[in-house]
Amino acid sequence: MGGEHLNVKDLTMYYRTMRGEVKAVDNISFSLSKGETVAIIGESGCGKSSLAKSIIRLLPRNVSVYKGIILFDGINLMDLDEEEFTRKIRWNKITYVPQAALNSLNPVIKVGEQMIEPLLLTRKMSKKETLEKAAKTLRTVGISESFINCYPFELSGGMRQRVIIAMALLTNPELMILDEPTSSLDILTQASIMNLLKSIKREMDISMVFITHDISLSSEIADKIAVMYAGQIVEFNIAEKFYSDPMHPYSQKLMESVPTLRTDKDLVFIPGSPPSLLNPPKGCRFADRCPFTFEKCSGDPPTINLNGDFYVKCWLYEKE
Amino acid sequence: MRSPLLLVENLKKYFEIKRGLFGKKLYLKAVDGVNLTLARGEAVAIVGESGCGKTTLGKTILRLYEPTDGRIIFDGRDITHLGWKDLKWYRRETGLVQQDPFGALPPFMIVKRILEEPLIIHGIKSEKEREERVHKALERVKLTPVEDFINKYPHMLSGGQQQRLVIARATILEPKLIVADEPVSMLDASVRIEILRLLQDLQQKYNLSIIYITHDLSTTKYFSEKIHIMYAAHIVEKAETREILNNPLHPYTKALLNVIPDPDPANRLVIRNVPAGEPPNLISPPAGCRFNPRCPNFIEGICNLKEPPMIEVNKGHYVKCWLYG
Repeated sequence: MGGEHLNVKDLTMYYRTMRGEVKAVDNISFSLSKGETVAIIGESGCGKSSLAKSIIRLLPRNVSVYKGIILFDGINLMDLDEEEFTRKIRWNKITYVPQAALNSLNPVIKVGEQMIEPLLLTRKMSKKETLEKAAKTLRTVGISESFINCYPFELSGGMRQRVIIAMALLTNPELMILDEPTSSLDILTQASIMNLLKSIKREMDISMVFITHDISLSSEIADKIAVMYAGQIVEFNIAEKFYSDPMHPYSQKLMESVPTLRTDKDLVFIPGSPPSLLNPPKGCRFADRCPFTFEKCSGDPPTINLNGDFYVKCWLYEKE
Repeated sequence: MRSPLLLVENLKKYFEIKRGLFGKKLYLKAVDGVNLTLARGEAVAIVGESGCGKTTLGKTILRLYEPTDGRIIFDGRDITHLGWKDLKWYRRETGLVQQDPFGALPPFMIVKRILEEPLIIHGIKSEKEREERVHKALERVKLTPVEDFINKYPHMLSGGQQQRLVIARATILEPKLIVADEPVSMLDASVRIEILRLLQDLQQKYNLSIIYITHDLSTTKYFSEKIHIMYAAHIVEKAETREILNNPLHPYTKALLNVIPDPDPANRLVIRNVPAGEPPNLISPPAGCRFNPRCPNFIEGICNLKEPPMIEVNKGHYVKCWLYG
């Protein structure tokens, strides 16, 4: 127990642009047990998608630093070479549902044909077998198998999203990384996709990394919450604790800014905007927007361990 | 009572999509018989999913589209079929805030030029006056100190600042009515509230009327006094905001409210009730109530045959559903 399934330690990924080095993923650690879901929450540009891509090693071409440890089932993925990683991990044990998934299907290839591609590449299966498997997986996500011969444009947005999720399930993965899987869907469609993910989680015992900007939505699925700000995780906490008593000032402010339907509260917003990842400020990156800033905040905040693997990165919790 | 500013009667907007064989015309009925009233200084929300016609409704009210049928009375004047010349007056009285602020701003113009544009079009020739009004508009939306922003290009601003600029442009001619079409859906959570607050501020300070178009019921609570729920080109329920949220009547409204999560880890254990199917296409919507193929309270022989009327169930609470008729 205690995060044995996926254990990310000090993961760092920078990439170089014309204007300098972007510190998209900066020393990130979190862990996950089998069958658990961690939600990575953050605003746009905080590096959460880069984190997802760093785990599944879909790096930008201009990557300049890529280091750290990704223990998955006890193996350090960073030790695998590209060929081994492709064969064993990517689209096999770990699958990835990209953002804007609605546009990630190839418009000129039939649904079934593009679904079976990872199987044909990684398994010794005949095309007929893989198509049967694809049809079966489509049924588990609630789509009639007859759609296997359709083109993506014949499917609605919600159905296309289901196809993408079916693709990610096809190889019987142990871990799914979902990057804003419902962000362009309507509210009712979003709810039915979340229902689907919940039942996948419950019945197939698949671990998930669920990336979102929506604190309410993440409560639908997450057992653990990691809050990202300016390339770093500032709080990693168990969901129950996080929602009742968020620790990092940024988490608190985020929570206060969420409109709720069933309870009454005054909404507040966080003045200012997040720092650029090109030149993040020294010390705590949230300091200039934080209501509690004091002298110490100009130094790098300590990682304060909570129970287990959980932590908060903030000077306020430093014990004398 | 506040005096009415806008009165929309049985408004229809059909788009001709193609001629079938033998000249048979097909229409996409994006707005199909909408009634709406708006008082001076009032903020109302139109809530619906994508493709329900809410954006078309907003644009038709602003006369960016020519209505197919119905009437729009603004400030006592029938503007339904106003000609191009007279529309210029209407343009000054109204403003639009779009969803994607970056897409709405010309990338090659600096802030000053973007804000001057409507002033030039509406014949304010004195450069000094224009400058004054640009300053005032920027101060109104709190893009201050003004000097820091006035010479910037849109891409140099953050998403929240861009949306402030769009609002500044929409309000620079001091209009009476603003249509805000998903003004915060592309913005981050922490910025959303800031922008909604700003709109609310302008509404109260300048007695501005606002039509807030959104898919997000949870923000309407903090912003609008009335809610109109739109489904497949019809308004299916309208009431005061509190009344709709506490006592939803239409099965569609109930379904929408039921699936919106509040931040609560107990949500993990809940499988939510989602009506099967998808909204109908608006070329040939189902007969009777348009929600009938998905409705959990469907009554055979009634809901699928006759279109329900708008029924006043409680005072000021209207619903278009046979369950209440």
